[in-house]
Amino acid sequence: MEDKTPMVDELEKGPWPSYVKELKRAAKKHDSVKDLIKVQERSFQRKMTQWKHGGIVGVKGYGGGVIGRYVQNPEEFPNVAAFHTMRVNHPSGWFYDTKALRTICDIWDKHGSGMTNFHGSTGDIILLGCTTEELQPTFDELSEHGFDLGGSGSDLRSPTACVGPGRCEWACFDTLGLIYDITKTYQMELHRPPYPYKTKIKASGCPNDCVAAIARSDFSLIGTWRDNLRIDQNAVKEYADKKFDIQRLVVAKCPTEAIELVKGKLELTHPEDCVRCMHCINLMPKAIRPGVDTGATILVGAKAPIIHGAVLSTVLIPFIKVQPPYTEIKQLWEKIMEWWDENGKTRERLAELIDRMGMPAFLKAIDVEPCPQMVNTPRANPYFFWG
Amino acid sequence: MCPTDVGPPDFKTMLPDVIKKNYGKWKYHEILKPGVMKHVAESGDELYTVRAGSPKLVSTDFIRDLCNVADKYCDGHLRFTSRYNPEFLTPKKENVEPIIKELNKLGLPVGGTGSGPGACLSNVIHTQGWIHCHGAASDASGIVKALMDELYDYFVGKKTLPAKTRLSLACCLNMCGAIHASDVAVVGMHTRIPNIDHEKMRAMCEIPTVAASCPTKAIRRHPDPNIKSVVVDETKCMYCGNCFTVCPAMPLANAEGDGVAIFVGGKVSNARKPPMFSRVVVPHLPNNPPRWPEVVNTVKHIFEVYADNARMGERMGEWIQRVGWERFFKLTDLPFPVQLIDDFELARDTFRSTTQFKWT
Repeated sequence: MEDKTPMVDELEKGPWPSYVKELKRAAKKHDSVKDLIKVQERSFQRKMTQWKHGGIVGVKGYGGGVIGRYVQNPEEFPNVAAFHTMRVNHPSGWFYDTKALRTICDIWDKHGSGMTNFHGSTGDIILLGCTTEELQPTFDELSEHGFDLGGSGSDLRSPTACVGPGRCEWACFDTLGLIYDITKTYQMELHRPPYPYKTKIKASGCPNDCVAAIARSDFSLIGTWRDNLRIDQNAVKEYADKKFDIQRLVVAKCPTEAIELVKGKLELTHPEDCVRCMHCINLMPKAIRPGVDTGATILVGAKAPIIHGAVLSTVLIPFIKVQPPYTEIKQLWEKIMEWWDENGKTRERLAELIDRMGMPAFLKAIDVEPCPQMVNTPRANPYFFWG
Repeated sequence: MCPTDVGPPDFKTMLPDVIKKNYGKWKYHEILKPGVMKHVAESGDELYTVRAGSPKLVSTDFIRDLCNVADKYCDGHLRFTSRYNPEFLTPKKENVEPIIKELNKLGLPVGGTGSGPGACLSNVIHTQGWIHCHGAASDASGIVKALMDELYDYFVGKKTLPAKTRLSLACCLNMCGAIHASDVAVVGMHTRIPNIDHEKMRAMCEIPTVAASCPTKAIRRHPDPNIKSVVVDETKCMYCGNCFTVCPAMPLANAEGDGVAIFVGGKVSNARKPPMFSRVVVPHLPNNPPRWPEVVNTVKHIFEVYADNARMGERMGEWIQRVGWERFFKLTDLPFPVQLIDDFELARDTFRSTTQFKWT
């Protein structure tokens, strides 16, 4: 194959930072990335992937964390004949010191392609492109320096948290602490796929849900509060003085008409109607804050379209206090996993199993009492069981 | 023998001092300008954040570049957002401008902040695409680069949006990154049935597993008992690729047929309206590397119509709910092909049972 890659080169141009420039930087040190650029050009020419399906590879003692990848034409692209991915579990909240990052970079330049994703969609550090022989030495060195693999396959995928109390005044619980604790507790489930399919846990500290827990985690924790939001009238006045249109942008957009401007003061005139949606807080962060009786809503079942269509998580526990050692939350998750593991078919996510067996059967199995917060409306059909 | 199951590093060891001191005790924040935030703690301590754009697919030298900036101005600490943006954290206000200068020198834009009126576009959540995936119906990094070159002004705040806008891309229906609740989602789609490799099937796959993987029961055993393989009912297959995931003998990739669909109006935040799914508004656009002009122009057009028509503070999905889907298609001048009408499970939930329409 000729070495020119005009289509790929085109993407070096333009204002947005270019991944092609990054490929070319890595290619100076790694022959595999020279081939990778040619593979990308070929896929642009043929409008198709140039990678083979799967391949089982891994490191000793683990069933997940490495995704096998082989190129379709190894004779043409010998340096990416085997080009596996390693998922490295990130620290909660994606906080790093530069020493740790430089260590990962050095290990990866020594053993792999020098190309990475910071980060993958689930949250792991993705080390993109390793030969089969170098997998174990890469892992050994990572492990020696305090890093471990993330999830892949039918296991608990690396749990993720929003920035939470690290830098956000809206964190209704310690998302980072909870996710770190859960990740450490369930190392076995994360590294040795035991389940019918993948499963995910994500924690967002407030209803803004910055890690999209409600859209993509089987077990979603989203921060909320039970008392009333806190309003600082002096700060409200500051916003008004700066000609911020409180009436139009905040009051008029309150979804339940719970908040009103009364003689220049912003008041929660109908606290019983507030649904804690975050809108007013988002627009006036200096003046309005969540209440102090904080915790989380636990919702279950979110997943992407495969197989029976995308699902958003639905409410299981409207409110729970989230405090170490998080026993109640872990016990609930374990019960849910046990029911799913026992009843789920291969590649059936939790939501699909709940749909197949019925939400009432699920609630009974995990011993959770039904409550109105679980539904938009009660059923409209007359077909219910008494058995 | 190396230790196993050590787990990720304890995040607490990675926090800068100002965060350790004020952990869980933040009072409020302000966005000083696109990409720059100031958080103030109960203690009065201040923390400045500078957010930069990243292509996500980066070399180790890129990470080292970021480390150099963090060593110089942030006591060796940095973080990444859930949308791949590196963030530089410092208690020193005087460090903000030098950080921005260094980042710009590295070719990195600063921006991507805000959720209310005047918000910037955040970075694009995306998958691997042709750079590394066997099942991709389209590329990822290539289209994202082409899109962000055109939408760059929205990221750096030269152009603003009525509200937070999240653009995402997945190169197949597995949707790593769960992009089905984004304001605008670009999704790689196959449009041809699997091209069955009977030889591979015999060697690599279990026929009952392959048949059971199909959500529409389009796959059955080959009628000729001498052929140990399957056949696909073309009238039932909707190209989801689930069979290919369980069996390498069922590839769907097809240079002519593969392309992307555009979904709009989803969100995950609970602010105002509850979270909602993105909905298909363009069922198919061709793969046209390296710049995907059809995709880029359509997405840019949708952004512009939204920016021109939505009220301040309205997410794309909220705007569409208010004006109605009929007006969305009128305003954007997008056609309404039959593929936009659902015929999968729960389709009936999307049909309208009212005489309420908007005609103008």
